Amino acid sequence: MTSTAIDITVNGTARTVPPGLTVDGLLRQLDHDPSIPGIAVAVADRVVRRANWSETLVPEGARVEIITAAQGG
Amino acid sequence: MENAELRRVTEEVRPRTVTTPPPIPNSQSQDPLKIGGLTLHSRVFLGTSRYPSLQSLLDSVEASGTELVTVSVRRVDLGAAGDKQSLLGALRSMTSASGRSLHMLPNTAGCYTAREAVLTAQLAREALETDLVKVEVIGDNETLYPDAVQLLKACSELVTDGFQVLAYCGDDPITARKLADVGCAAVMPLAAPIGSGMGLVNPYALRIIRELIEDVPLVVDAGLGTASDVAQAMELGYDGVLLNTAVSGAKHPAWMAAAIGHAAHAGRLAYRAGRISRRLYAQASTPDEGRIELGGA
Repeated sequence: MTSTAIDITVNGTARTVPPGLTVDGLLRQLDHDPSIPGIAVAVADRVVRRANWSETLVPEGARVEIITAAQGG
Repeated sequence: MENAELRRVTEEVRPRTVTTPPPIPNSQSQDPLKIGGLTLHSRVFLGTSRYPSLQSLLDSVEASGTELVTVSVRRVDLGAAGDKQSLLGALRSMTSASGRSLHMLPNTAGCYTAREAVLTAQLAREALETDLVKVEVIGDNETLYPDAVQLLKACSELVTDGFQVLAYCGDDPITARKLADVGCAAVMPLAAPIGSGMGLVNPYALRIIRELIEDVPLVVDAGLGTASDVAQAMELGYDGVLLNTAVSGAKHPAWMAAAIGHAAHAGRLAYRAGRISRRLYAQASTPDEGRIELGGA
């Protein structure tokens, strides 16, 4: 029996997503075109290289951080 | 009497060995700074935070002449797609329009532990495609003073991981030396607390750090308030300055940015010129020989 949804946290917010979602797929679901440069993703405190986005699955309970450059000193 | 003797001693004209100096660099671009694999033609590094507007930031980047701007690493605002990209996009379209060189220096601002700083740096490398990072690990929210222990740990790990690390640190010469020893590309002691604008509160410590570390570029980062602070830092022999609030908080940011560009150049020239030593008494700059005399009393 496979679950129909998993719970993850994205940028501090709890979300329910379908199982088997890749990093690529997650970004699309969040309305972010993965081909746009300038962002990076960490899953469970580890950077997922852009080249691996399409094959890296987001597991149940994962903490995902999606970052970009912002103002800074 | 004693004063007269002292004067005589200090008035002695020391024989000067005058070597022919190189031509005077008439702009910062003729006196480049090398940090890691970078060659920079401006010694000003500029922060991108808290400007009155994005246009004001772009004008200040232009006016300062900087080739290295700091940015932070923050969560994408998932509610407002595309909006947060505008900083990077604006900086990049500015450089492609003017053909000037502008490098991004991501920072680890807001990190309290080495672990946070390392992951932040790794995310920045991925997002910005640069191995440059300004490592900042703060100890408390009130002073924003760096935590030397966590900082050293983070810098050491990041150097091993292939980063070109520019380490923001306190003005403690021993910590600065250790940061240089673990392989940082630049060591960046503060002049005063971040955003305080107090200028060089301990020029003595900064001078000692410069004397101890001749082999690694040094940058005065944080606490500078105006152009004269920048000139003073450069006159101490620092290789560059990093500012944000002094510019972004000025009444006219782009004007201050221009002033800072000039001050960095002036201070650098003065340092290379080799200033005179300080003396207790006056020394006439006009020679006594050939003075007129008046007739008898």
